[in-house]
Amino acid sequence: MATYTPTTLRDGIGRGHEPPLPPSGGGGDGRGGNVPDYGARLRRARLGLICAIVTVCMVFIALTSAYIVRQGMPTFDDASNSYIHDWGRVALPWMLLAINTLVLLVSSVTMELARRSVARQAALAPVKSIPGVSLGDERSFPWLGMTVLLGFGFLAGQWLAWGELHNRGFYVNTNPSSSFAFLLTVTHAVHLGGGMIALLWAASASLLHQPLESRRITVDVTAWYWHFMAVLWIYIFALLGLAK
Amino acid sequence: MATPVTVPAHAAPQGFIRKYIFSLDHKVIGLQYFFLALTAVFIGMFLSLLMRIHMIWPTAVLPVIGEIKPETYLALMTMHGTIMVFFVLTTAPQGGFGNYILPIQIGAPDMAFPVLNMLSFWTTFLAYMVMLAAFFVVGGAPLHGWTGYPPLSAVQSAGPGEGLGADLWITSIAIFCLASLMGALNFITTTLDLRAKGMTMMRLPLTVWSWFITAILGLLAFGVLLSAGILLLLDRNLGTSFYLPQIVVNGQLMLHKGGSPLLWQHLFWFFGHPEVYIAILPGMGVTSQILSTFSRKPIFGYKAMVYAMVSIGFFGFMVWGHHMFMSGMSPYSAFAFSILTMCIGVPSAIKTFNWLGTMWKGHIRFHTPMLYAIGFVSLFVSGGLSGPFLAQPVLDIQLHDTAFVPAHFHLIMGVAAIFGIFAATYYWFPKMFGRMMNETLGQIHFFVTLAGTYAIFMPMHYLGMAGQTRRYSQFTEVAYLQKLIPLNTFITYAAIITIAAQFIFVINLFWSMFKGPKASDNPWEATTLEWTTATPPPHDNFGGVTPVVHNGPYEYGVPGATRDYVMQTDAAVGGGH
Repeated sequence: MATYTPTTLRDGIGRGHEPPLPPSGGGGDGRGGNVPDYGARLRRARLGLICAIVTVCMVFIALTSAYIVRQGMPTFDDASNSYIHDWGRVALPWMLLAINTLVLLVSSVTMELARRSVARQAALAPVKSIPGVSLGDERSFPWLGMTVLLGFGFLAGQWLAWGELHNRGFYVNTNPSSSFAFLLTVTHAVHLGGGMIALLWAASASLLHQPLESRRITVDVTAWYWHFMAVLWIYIFALLGLAK
Repeated sequence: MATPVTVPAHAAPQGFIRKYIFSLDHKVIGLQYFFLALTAVFIGMFLSLLMRIHMIWPTAVLPVIGEIKPETYLALMTMHGTIMVFFVLTTAPQGGFGNYILPIQIGAPDMAFPVLNMLSFWTTFLAYMVMLAAFFVVGGAPLHGWTGYPPLSAVQSAGPGEGLGADLWITSIAIFCLASLMGALNFITTTLDLRAKGMTMMRLPLTVWSWFITAILGLLAFGVLLSAGILLLLDRNLGTSFYLPQIVVNGQLMLHKGGSPLLWQHLFWFFGHPEVYIAILPGMGVTSQILSTFSRKPIFGYKAMVYAMVSIGFFGFMVWGHHMFMSGMSPYSAFAFSILTMCIGVPSAIKTFNWLGTMWKGHIRFHTPMLYAIGFVSLFVSGGLSGPFLAQPVLDIQLHDTAFVPAHFHLIMGVAAIFGIFAATYYWFPKMFGRMMNETLGQIHFFVTLAGTYAIFMPMHYLGMAGQTRRYSQFTEVAYLQKLIPLNTFITYAAIITIAAQFIFVINLFWSMFKGPKASDNPWEATTLEWTTATPPPHDNFGGVTPVVHNGPYEYGVPGATRDYVMQTDAAVGGGH
């Protein structure tokens, strides 16, 4: 029977092959992801989350570019028969927004504590499963529930901020500045709402007696998304500051 | 070589609904995308047929439809472009074949997130229904073209179809963006994380590379279109002025002020140009796969092909301004966009050269998939060569908004991508349905379609150079275009024949599905992983085992091997193993 060795084939140019792998070991960077163990699932979920974050970034990059372009754009004014800037101003309720920012940042901390708590539980689960082994007081603070409350608090605060804008006479179509203020904050709130749904799902996971590993993965990716939402909000907060 | 799988991705469904409707199986979802695109392409083709008929017989009264009014023509044009770009060229190559084939080609039991995969299909379906609903609302479908330029697209009273029809159009596009983003996320994660042992990135079939890069483009591009669409909806419905300057419509001064239609153009084309590559890259991948398989030769310059696709994707994000040369753009910006656009010619030429190099001195088997792959190369060159013309701002002054432009993009991203879809259909049909398609019908379909395509689109270049504008519903009474009527008539007849020929494909498709001869597991004697498994593949793709990869994807004509190809899973004989 004839034999062949791919490494010595012809000139090797444009072959698209690499040296053969040992049949027993595999290797390369193909991870053999067909076995959905916990580590693989977590890695996969985090990879998916990175993609989702990239997408959200692109949404806000587009809005930011529109913001910058629109802010600097002159428009023709009939009255003066010349080009003017009509960006206008919006009297944002800065104190309320600052409180909301604080609430969101605290929620990010509680979310991180929740993530670490679940990770610790997952890490200790094998030890606790040994008959007769006790790790002492196993009650932990309900950080996840705290984050849900703070998340609702932030959204409620944003709702109040939009109401306050209306009270001050600024609507979405008042001027470009107010248009972008509503646009950016509402778009962020919608994305944060997605995070809230994930949070509620993660919080209900324990009530639904889902496996600890599944819970940890849900909490982990939700936590990273939540941190991203906090960073994104600070970015928007700073961007709106430029509109003053 | 295979190893046992300890845990399946998800259990095989039992009931009809979970098996065929709300299925988590990537193969079923791939077929759902494929059939959605099949209905869409026939709707899109029918609309183009009506347009062609109207162009040469503008007063003709058609059965059921009646006389096509100018606004109806614009609605046909808008919906033709939108349905074809989004629900055919984006949906079939990536959602259809990518979904079905990618997990199998990398040795995975399914996509990374099966539930998300199902969700992305049904979101696409919802977008499709919302888009079609625009035909049936008061005022009908919108008039603003697939590019949706404001002010026309941003003012509800701008014309029939710009009311609820346009809102549905934008909503549909926004929903489609969400669906595409979910799909892109899944494709990227699957490719990076679910490859079988030994399937290094440089052992991926070029099809997988093309789907992977397309997914990255989608991930970066659709979010921008989504943002642009939200701004457009706000302008239309909440009185903002992102895109609308002070404007008088139908004698009425609108309340908007200070916005710029150019802002939409920038955002739209930042998505729109990568979208061209989203449509064409999977065709490039499948062409590479098929040319190598049917030439019985390794792909020429595998790594160069990968880097070329990456370059095309990269440059694709830097050239959107070439769609806007006539928008008052600074000549310096136009120069930069022009140079960057022509840079894309380099990786494109590398790919073309490598395709020819792959076929050179090959033992070519002229089966239908191969014919379509060669047809793809032909159309890619024919359509691509007019690209550098349009990339010149000076030439674009003459050619912009003439028939030269639809001639160019129909060849390069329309029909070339369609040829990629046909090639993929004829190539993977045996694997997907377990039967062979009829070769004679396939070849007739190919030759009529190829000739018809050239008959339709090559003369359009001349129409454009002669000054025939695009988008105008009626030109038969324009004095300087009178001499072009015979050429236009010829194009319409060619379109009728080419569209009629597509029924050969449909008959072949459905007849072969049920009556075609049974296919073996590897009827084309190909090397990639989908050909190592049963036909059609079982629920978990590899029947309880997972493959281990030892070779590159295109090992044909291997000296010393017992046959002229080496499968990716074949153990490397010799070398101490």
